[in-house]
Amino acid sequence: MTAAFLVASAFLASAVEFVEALTIVLAAGLTRGWRASLTGLAAATVVLAAIVAALGPTLKLIPIDALRLVVGALLLAFGLQWLRKAILRASGYKPLHDETAIFAREAEEARSAASERRVGLDWYGFTLAFKGVLLEGLEVAFIVITFGSTQGNIGLAALGAGIALVLVATVGVLVRAPLSRVPENTMKFAVGVMLTTFGIFWATEGVGAHWPGDDASLPGVLAFVVLLSSGAVALLRRRRLAFA
Amino acid sequence: MRFFLFLWDFVVGDDWRAAIGIALAIGAAASVVAAGVNDWWLIPIGVAVVLALSLRRETQQPR
Repeated sequence: MTAAFLVASAFLASAVEFVEALTIVLAAGLTRGWRASLTGLAAATVVLAAIVAALGPTLKLIPIDALRLVVGALLLAFGLQWLRKAILRASGYKPLHDETAIFAREAEEARSAASERRVGLDWYGFTLAFKGVLLEGLEVAFIVITFGSTQGNIGLAALGAGIALVLVATVGVLVRAPLSRVPENTMKFAVGVMLTTFGIFWATEGVGAHWPGDDASLPGVLAFVVLLSSGAVALLRRRRLAFA
Repeated sequence: MRFFLFLWDFVVGDDWRAAIGIALAIGAAASVVAAGVNDWWLIPIGVAVVLALSLRRETQQPR
């Protein structure tokens, strides 16, 4: 059960980030040329792989309870950001994430930027793709490392991220347009719920408390977070409509 | 310095009070466990309170 949660969480979180990274790579590629954009993508991928390769084995040296406490606390702080934004979007307090609009804005900025060549590349296109992929990818790396190391299986978390990468890259190559039909807002909500669920679970184990039924209580924690966030959406929606 | 600002934004985000609330909930849970009570319920309750307060702050701010 935990393994399925682990792969599903890594897959969902990674898919959301890869869809955002794809939008930036497409905007850079279509406006500034594919050579600079794809070189930026490749360079960022190498940096991300190096980060995961360096941090993954290092975290294995930390005692598991201390690791779960630190990871649980980080995931709670990080996951609550996702969950709060997802709740605000779902209840209408924050505009929905729109890949088409983001693509149009990035492409317009890229078109109007001055041309400068360094090491034979269009520098703006390279840095746009590099920074975009690195920043979106860091969230994926963070999730793969924290989820994987806490469960003692970085490979399984990396598998979820890898499936998402192949899927998004394949669809991106086929459609050559931002993936605006992906239910990104729903996926972001699901990721916020999963990050918060794992954060609660591991932080509680990290402080030395024991869940009734151990790992079997994870679905219960998930149900609690789903109820909590759905309740918050319903309440906020009602309040917004009442004041509209 | 820029790295720490990035790290802060990455983990804490735009609501530092929520991060402090989480830290307090974890600290309280650790203290109760140290006193010999299996308080598996404390962090979930803390998360619910922190989330509710954070959403309340966000939706009451003039936009």
